[in-house]
Amino acid sequence: MSLIDDAALTASLFAVDPSGLGGVCLRSPVHPARDQWLLILRELLPVHAPMRRVPFNIPDGRLLGGLDLTATLKANRPVAQRGVLAESHGGVVVLAMAERLSANTAARLNAVLDAGEIVMPREGVEIRNPAEVGIVALDEGMSEEEYAPSALLDRFGFLLDLNGLSVKAPLIAAHLGEEILAARRLLPAVAASAEIMQALCATALALGVYSPRVSVLALRAARAAAALDERREVSREDAVLAGRLVIAPRATIAPPQAPAEPETAPPPVENDSPQDSNDTDAPAEIDPQQLQELLLEATQSAIPPGLLARLRSSATERARQSRSGGGRAGALRNAGGRGRPAGIRTGAPRGDARLNVIETLRAAAPWQRLRGRTAAGGTRIRISAEDFRVTRYKQRAQTLTIFVVDASGSSALNRLAEAKGAVELLLADCYIRRDQVAVITFRGREAQLLLPPTRSLVRAKRSLAGLPGGGATPLTAAIEAAAALAIAAQRRGETPTLVMLTDGRANVSRDGSPGREAAHAQAMKAAGLISAGRITTLFVDTSPRPQPLAQELARKMNAQYLPLPFANARTLTQSVQAATARETARAV
Amino acid sequence: MSSPVRPVFPFSAIVAQEEMKQALLSSAVDPGIGGVLVFGDRGTGKSTAVRALAALLPPMRAVVGCRYGCDPGAGDALCEECREKAAHAALKSKLLPVPVVDMPLGVTEDRVVGALDLERALSQGVKAFEPGLLARANRGFLYIDEVNLLEDHLVDLLIDVAASGENVVEREGLSVRHPARFVLIGSGNPEEGELRPQLLDRFGLSVEVKTPDNLSERVDVVRRRDEFDRDKQGFIARWKKHEDALRRRVVAGRKRLADIQVPDAVLESAAKLCMNLGTDGLRAELTLLRAARALASYEQAREVEIAHVRRVAPSALRHRLRRDPLDESGSSMRVERALQEVFGA
Repeated sequence: MSLIDDAALTASLFAVDPSGLGGVCLRSPVHPARDQWLLILRELLPVHAPMRRVPFNIPDGRLLGGLDLTATLKANRPVAQRGVLAESHGGVVVLAMAERLSANTAARLNAVLDAGEIVMPREGVEIRNPAEVGIVALDEGMSEEEYAPSALLDRFGFLLDLNGLSVKAPLIAAHLGEEILAARRLLPAVAASAEIMQALCATALALGVYSPRVSVLALRAARAAAALDERREVSREDAVLAGRLVIAPRATIAPPQAPAEPETAPPPVENDSPQDSNDTDAPAEIDPQQLQELLLEATQSAIPPGLLARLRSSATERARQSRSGGGRAGALRNAGGRGRPAGIRTGAPRGDARLNVIETLRAAAPWQRLRGRTAAGGTRIRISAEDFRVTRYKQRAQTLTIFVVDASGSSALNRLAEAKGAVELLLADCYIRRDQVAVITFRGREAQLLLPPTRSLVRAKRSLAGLPGGGATPLTAAIEAAAALAIAAQRRGETPTLVMLTDGRANVSRDGSPGREAAHAQAMKAAGLISAGRITTLFVDTSPRPQPLAQELARKMNAQYLPLPFANARTLTQSVQAATARETARAV
Repeated sequence: MSSPVRPVFPFSAIVAQEEMKQALLSSAVDPGIGGVLVFGDRGTGKSTAVRALAALLPPMRAVVGCRYGCDPGAGDALCEECREKAAHAALKSKLLPVPVVDMPLGVTEDRVVGALDLERALSQGVKAFEPGLLARANRGFLYIDEVNLLEDHLVDLLIDVAASGENVVEREGLSVRHPARFVLIGSGNPEEGELRPQLLDRFGLSVEVKTPDNLSERVDVVRRRDEFDRDKQGFIARWKKHEDALRRRVVAGRKRLADIQVPDAVLESAAKLCMNLGTDGLRAELTLLRAARALASYEQAREVEIAHVRRVAPSALRHRLRRDPLDESGSSMRVERALQEVFGA
């Protein structure tokens, strides 16, 4: 089966049961095939089924519903407005730029996917709307780091990477609209044997797909496939298809070389629930063992080749998991009306400012009699421009503390262990302030981002614990890496603070050639990046005696210089606190 | 608020996850334990279990027409309106289902604490208080899915109300206070972020859920889900017997709770365990004993045994260890170790 056939088939299956199958993630940049895929889906969905496009930064009011201000004022009673999800009930929502979706928006979508309805009080009105939808997420992420939030993908039946599709070969629908309609009618009657379920679960487990949701979705996909083929019983081909489309793209462990040894004889499906009796009559000719092997093999062969290559470098995988919130960077920033409400102010709802209806009405209330009189009676509330109130939000500046730890030979001699200890103390402090931390280490020839920005202290600690020491001091590379990370954070609207722990004795140039002087000159140049970027920096000199070279570097960086011999853990912590507090104050 | 109730997956049909079920049932038997935090892997039925819990709770007696569902026998804890009414005549009451209120991400603060009644403000120009979710949850359960993604100002509010049992509203020219005692239930995935320690402390029990790695359990999960999807009412009907049995046990557990004795030896060993772990203050010890008693009562034991303490200790203590904040990963292990030391293998 080629990718193009799978893409077409995915559209058909999804059209049969959008809300049951949860969603489809289409990963590719803007691509004619992607547009074509969406067109095909539109054609396959029933005519009346809505298909709505949603921007990634949609405010809650539009997504979930809220108070319809215009209608409210016109009608003189609160009028609720349905959100996009409720408006798409029975159809499909297309999410643009899903890789930029914030964890918060994703969580709202998850709740709706799980419940099939929206029940919540918002903005003075009670919202209760059915919202059975399927989601198509357009994921334009380019790098391994950029993904739609994984909690959302966990609820999606299909992850489809369209990158491999040629622009020339046209994508053609695999079914007709009538066939989809017939399958929709048949779907509730389609049953799957216990053997099929067991084979799907075993395959998922063997490939390291642990979320039980995925097995449920695979079963639903298999049932949809059977319905499309006008059968009431899921066949082994349906299961193979579901394994390929639903399970394979999520494999996390390379399957064993000699596949299909379903461990200790597969446990027979026990009759421990009161309703098993009615579904055990599977077609007799299927041998469960054989089915499992077949399915695992077929699914395994469908694992995208890139996927396993990526898994081999476990470091990448770890980095990916750490960012499980998905493309949250930046998205949080520009959703202006977030954070702690810090009072109300007068002003028109423009740009980020959101109208505070209640306060506005309250402001208008005392004048009603007066205005009513001048405007010749009427019972409607009269609001004028000066009544408008908007909520002010204060957002705590998100801080990122980047530790740059020298693990070179010279530093290792000079108390790498103590530096680690100091970092751990600082980490504990960051935990209390809920800062993000990142760790860059350098030794030998290069600097390494040991820990991408995270709030997880456990991971930070673990990554440090295993840090080996020894080798040359590639200080330039380290400073450049730190500056790049800090500047990226600034661009996201965060406030970075650098903590350098080194003796400042650079001895490797950027190209790897040894030599103290050249290395130092380069490091000095790199240090200019830090001061130019106005990055708050604390330079902790880890050598036994304060080093003139280190002092010079610190000056160049415009950093606070702190020789470790004079600093115990406490003064170190205080210095960092002082540095970050200054920064935060400036940022608010 | 009566609307067609969406069919809910029955509690008794949830596969495995014994620790989570035990914690939820214990807090159904004794709401005083103070709530449950369920943290863990995706797709493990965290929110399914909480939503299913409502069906197992015996109804409660509440004052007719009270917006906060006051208990007619509450005396001083009655809301202002009920107190006023009680001064004139005996309060009328009726049996109501225990509220299990969902607090979804995306609710606005005004609807959580309660605010000006918009309808009346608009149509009649009257300033009246319309209670929010906290009022609705009074005497019941308040459930927050993805609790670690809750916005900060809502977290602050919860921390305050959960501790005081009272919601004080001072906004929009209103000045209202009403009882808001609820059992806080939270769930989330630790990958999405950590919880503030103050909020963590508001949960009596904390359980960790993992995806089952046992094939037959996983097959059960998939099969039951499939049956439920295909015929919700039929599935619920088939499990009714199990649900009823479970409910009867919860009801019986509640009745017997006050009679369950805690022998001195058990008290002592609980104290020893907490000392060994260096937990903060008395709260840990009290929760531990309360949870053990609820479990004993649920399991129809005559008195609390060491075994009960052992079984509830991980969930009662793992989030209360005074610790170096870096040691999070090891907290379950530490409780396990302390159990070994105090009680032997």
